[in-house]
Amino acid sequence: MSVQEVLPLGGVAAGQSGQARADHLLVAEMVKPGSRVLDVGCGDGDLLQLLEARGIDGRGIELSREGVNRCVAKGLAVVQGDADTDLVNYPDDAFDYVILSQTLQATRQPKVVLENLLRIGHRAIVSFPNFGFWKMRLQLLIGGHMPRTENLPATWYDTANIHFCTIKDFVELCDAINVKMERSVALDLYGRPVPLNLPWWVWNMFGEQGVFLLTRGGQGK
Amino acid sequence: MVGVKSVPSPAISADDRSHEVDHPSSPVAQFGADQPLRLDCGVDLSPFQIAYQTYGELNADRSNAVLICHALTGDQHVANVHPVTGKSGWWETLVGPGRPLDPRHYFIICSNVIGGCMGSTGPASINPATGKVWGLDFPVITIPDMVRAQAMLIDRLGIDTLFAVVGGSMGGMQVLQWTAAYPGRVYSALAIACATRHSAQNIAFHELGRQAVMADPDWHNGGYADQGIHPHRGLAVARMAAHITYLSDAALHRKFGRRMQDRELPTFSFDADFQVESYLRYQGSSFVERFDANAYLYLTRAMDYFDIAADHGGVLAKAFAGIQTRFCVVSFTSDWLFPTSESRALVHALNASSARVSFAEIETDRGHDAFLLDVPEFFDISRAFLQSAGKARGLTAKDG
Repeated sequence: MSVQEVLPLGGVAAGQSGQARADHLLVAEMVKPGSRVLDVGCGDGDLLQLLEARGIDGRGIELSREGVNRCVAKGLAVVQGDADTDLVNYPDDAFDYVILSQTLQATRQPKVVLENLLRIGHRAIVSFPNFGFWKMRLQLLIGGHMPRTENLPATWYDTANIHFCTIKDFVELCDAINVKMERSVALDLYGRPVPLNLPWWVWNMFGEQGVFLLTRGGQGK
Repeated sequence: MVGVKSVPSPAISADDRSHEVDHPSSPVAQFGADQPLRLDCGVDLSPFQIAYQTYGELNADRSNAVLICHALTGDQHVANVHPVTGKSGWWETLVGPGRPLDPRHYFIICSNVIGGCMGSTGPASINPATGKVWGLDFPVITIPDMVRAQAMLIDRLGIDTLFAVVGGSMGGMQVLQWTAAYPGRVYSALAIACATRHSAQNIAFHELGRQAVMADPDWHNGGYADQGIHPHRGLAVARMAAHITYLSDAALHRKFGRRMQDRELPTFSFDADFQVESYLRYQGSSFVERFDANAYLYLTRAMDYFDIAADHGGVLAKAFAGIQTRFCVVSFTSDWLFPTSESRALVHALNASSARVSFAEIETDRGHDAFLLDVPEFFDISRAFLQSAGKARGLTAKDG
């Protein structure tokens, strides 16, 4: 069973969702149509394109000029920049959602970045690879070396991912900086959501990545 | 004895240059007493004329017009042979068949700025009130004045909304001024290697250039035209100093290093022993062939005064509040005259205004001048931006 069949994806045409990444589809489904979205680390703009197809007003930040170029060619509004240094320049409440997809672990100051996401946006959607995933644990426990997976093939000495965390770690950080989780989804190795009714430790063990819809503590619905 | 050689006299006579001032080889739009140009300094300039070039055809619904704004020492001859120098157009890398701005798809307009010396009214023009060259009697003009004059030309050409306004350096300042002053008339804006205000360092370099012109005894307090001469030595020095700011340390090193000019050993004189000296002297002497010294003073002044935020209560974002224009901002890594930080400040303001902005910093060692040179990454993003904007605008997006 594919992710498309699992998730309610109103507004995404079949042709567009056909090739979209599982986590992109999940994120797109979390965003209300008609809202303003900033995608931090938007890469080639695939997610932004998916969002704009749903009538969402999207903007992007991307580190590589090649990525910016590909985004601009798609008609997207994308600025060359860095999550660590450039988010501070965005005004408060500028967006309805700020998305940080598979990038948090590569930032120098994840806590500051997360705080900025929820200053700029009313909500943030954050996804990251879960270092508590059973395959990771097994490699460290049995193999005795830093884990490498299909999705994270880099060695410890050339990886851009300098701040790995587990889902549990991330939940604790959110608590520490008064960030409320509106929705949490763990995806397994095949991009399928781990069922909601399972206890936390299962998520942290069997979730290959976590996707979270966050809002400011005390202000959320 | 120590050999001394100053900048050589121009090879092209002052006649070629002054002829283009009042009787340009370009089309001219005349504005009579009923249509004065309201200048920021409080003067109504009238009559005045704007010389311009166009490339391509305006489409039936008048939606494919592109305005190119030229830089400090540029002119309207973007993509044709220059009538004074005989050289090819200054932006043929960007404008032409198969280029990002293809005249087969767009109606491309470029006008000489007000205050210039290639056919638009400026200090080298004849003041109709006196029958003599304006000289320093010409009112001081600003970047907004230039744009106001361009808007009058665009009206005259029967165009309401420009598909794109494109320019680098001082041309980029005009692009930004267009979006701030006429947001509804600019569908997309490509602002390259520019800033929303002139920095203290840039004003300082301009002052150096102006002082070089004014220190030339041939300048005659701006009245050299009456004497039939031109302060070419002062203007050449101004150009030499400015030209250094258009390059970079790395580019100068790569191009010239410490190599000698047609000699093996130093001559122990002040002759141009080094290739870089010879190159600069050439830049200076070729510039004075086509440019008027007073126009240089006026146009550098216009850039110095430019500060969009100051015109909007000191808040840059206010200048672009609610704007619908699509922006693309481009900077170059080695540009120290209009560094990336200036472009970023602009992008932040546009973000704060919720404007639709893209930004890229192009890696090159060629300095500020990179926007005029063959830099493929710059063309890639320009093409990508214009094509996607054209698609959104409903223009045919083939190979343009």
